Amino acid sequence: MDKNTNTYWKSNLKIVLSLLVVWFLVSFGFGIIWSDALDNIQIGGFKLGFWFAQQGSIFVFMILIFIYVFLLNRLDKKHFSKSSEDD
Amino acid sequence: METQTLTYLFVGASFALYIGIAFWSRAKSTNDFYVAGKGVNPIANGMATAADWMSAASFISMAGLIAFLGKDGSVYLMGWTGGYVLLALLLAPYLRKFGQYTVPDFIGTRYYSNTARLVAVICLIFVSFTYIAGQMRGVGIVFSRFLEVDIDLGVIIGMIIVFFYAVMGGMKGITYTQVAQYCVMIFAYLVPAIFISILITGNPVPQLGFGDTLVGSSTFLLDKLDQVTTDLGFGAYTENTKTNIDIFCITAALMFGTAGLPHVIVRFFTVPKVSDARKSAGYALIFIALLYTTAPAVAAFARINFVDSIQNVEYSAAPDWFKNWENIGLIAWQDKNNDQSIQYSSGNALEGVRPDYSDRRGTNGERILNNRPNDNNANEIYIDRDIMVLANPEIAKLPGWVIALVAAGGLAAALSTAAGLLLVISSSVSHDLLKKTFMPRINEKQELLFARIASAVAIVIAGLFGIYPPAFVAQVVAFAFGLAASTIFPALLMGIFSKRLNKEGAITGMIFGLIFTSSYIIYFKFINTSLNFSENWLLGISPEGIGFVGMLINFAIAFSVSSITSNPPREINEMVENIRKP
Repeated sequence: MDKNTNTYWKSNLKIVLSLLVVWFLVSFGFGIIWSDALDNIQIGGFKLGFWFAQQGSIFVFMILIFIYVFLLNRLDKKHFSKSSEDD
Repeated sequence: METQTLTYLFVGASFALYIGIAFWSRAKSTNDFYVAGKGVNPIANGMATAADWMSAASFISMAGLIAFLGKDGSVYLMGWTGGYVLLALLLAPYLRKFGQYTVPDFIGTRYYSNTARLVAVICLIFVSFTYIAGQMRGVGIVFSRFLEVDIDLGVIIGMIIVFFYAVMGGMKGITYTQVAQYCVMIFAYLVPAIFISILITGNPVPQLGFGDTLVGSSTFLLDKLDQVTTDLGFGAYTENTKTNIDIFCITAALMFGTAGLPHVIVRFFTVPKVSDARKSAGYALIFIALLYTTAPAVAAFARINFVDSIQNVEYSAAPDWFKNWENIGLIAWQDKNNDQSIQYSSGNALEGVRPDYSDRRGTNGERILNNRPNDNNANEIYIDRDIMVLANPEIAKLPGWVIALVAAGGLAAALSTAAGLLLVISSSVSHDLLKKTFMPRINEKQELLFARIASAVAIVIAGLFGIYPPAFVAQVVAFAFGLAASTIFPALLMGIFSKRLNKEGAITGMIFGLIFTSSYIIYFKFINTSLNFSENWLLGISPEGIGFVGMLINFAIAFSVSSITSNPPREINEMVENIRKP
């Protein structure tokens, strides 16, 4: 693997891993593991843990994918400025 | 106009639309048939993915399940959306870069082995058929309730429609019908949800109404619901009853399973570029989230409305929907205390899980059951959870056209998913089994013909599953996820992110994942159903969540076997490097 591709791949892995940490945190963390504790905080009619489990995590998932799209497009441009060819 | 007429009108018009689109976009080559010529716009693909993905289980069953499970139902909400993050970040762009037609294609090429390809085909067919059985059942339920035909006849009508556009149009036809089906489905889901949200909370946005106060009171909807369910002996709506480890594993199995479902993955093969595959996954999740964030609100509204409209009501004065669903056989009432009124509380009302109706009617006009009443509790109501979304507009007394719309939406959801599944089944048979393995000499025209024959055969088998269903809709679907999580997902993930994994490792991993997960599920769901409770489960993990453990076993075995066998050949190394570049 040439050096450019190699650094591209490493930065990609870094982005993916950090986004997956958030993915894990909002669903398995806030929605399940610490959900009962978060339920002590109430916002409007929602107990916070319940809200993360039923709605909040889904909103975060959407945002995560678009952050990924944005970061990867930027990374693609930096390393492979000519846009990718298609078969 | 009467609701019945309106329903025929809406359903008829939507079917005409689907067939029209199928005719306009029929497939001319295998490239069209398998991946829609790789020319689908990412937003259109996002909609098609959403329709492909949101099945009868999402549209018809999910809110009903959540309505009765409360917070435990969150596993479906997080599980069936979180998988898209995995898809977008870990699989979709790389598989698009790979650029072939099917999921077994990738596995067969990456692991340089037709055995791996075959194992993948077997897993894929297994997963897709379990999943499709649920769809055809959903079609049957909608038809029998709203068009008043027999459930079996409903399944057959559904088969004929799918046959038309799946066989003729292949992926191209399916993609554009799915875009239309998405629009029908989401409109049909949101309209009643908005109406009901306004009725109950005065807030027109169901996602917010869910956390709002009840009309004419300062009590929050969820607090009221907690109180109602606690009074009836169910436990609070917003609290879990399952253990955390079980919830964790079910959610994980659904997420990784989602990312491993072939009919979803293959949608990302249809866009023009790698960057489109990433974007498309994002759009897909937005379109999905529109329904998925509405569903928990619908669930809460439905539960409260359901209790309000039947509790302590005399049977003779019970609402029409109650009696209609009783006639279909999805609601039953047994007057345990002989007061002619309906009492609903926790516990199974009947001995034996499902009602067994006799031909006779009781003094109040109710259907008499052969089941003995369960005297351990005071509950008099049996209700199939699958009916909640369909019955919701009637329970809330919404106008006839809304009810007709929901029928058309439910059919759109079931048919779009069934078509997507049929396509991956037929393309894995014609492309992976025939062209790439057993009959490499067939030309493109013959391959296309075989693809069409395979999808016709698959439709017939799917229909039989619908007529003789193994269990109810959502449960069958859970099975498919466990298998996708424990076989297909790990093979794909390791194929992209590890260069070291070789064919021996991948094949043994998949086989162990498949055997472990399916024997656990079959043991508890089909052989020893009486033992299916938490004391007997491995680490307290239910059959619904076991796919996650199966996945871990797959990873562990695949890596250990790889480490004691030879490295993959050099061209595989190059292939992996190549798919990692955008």
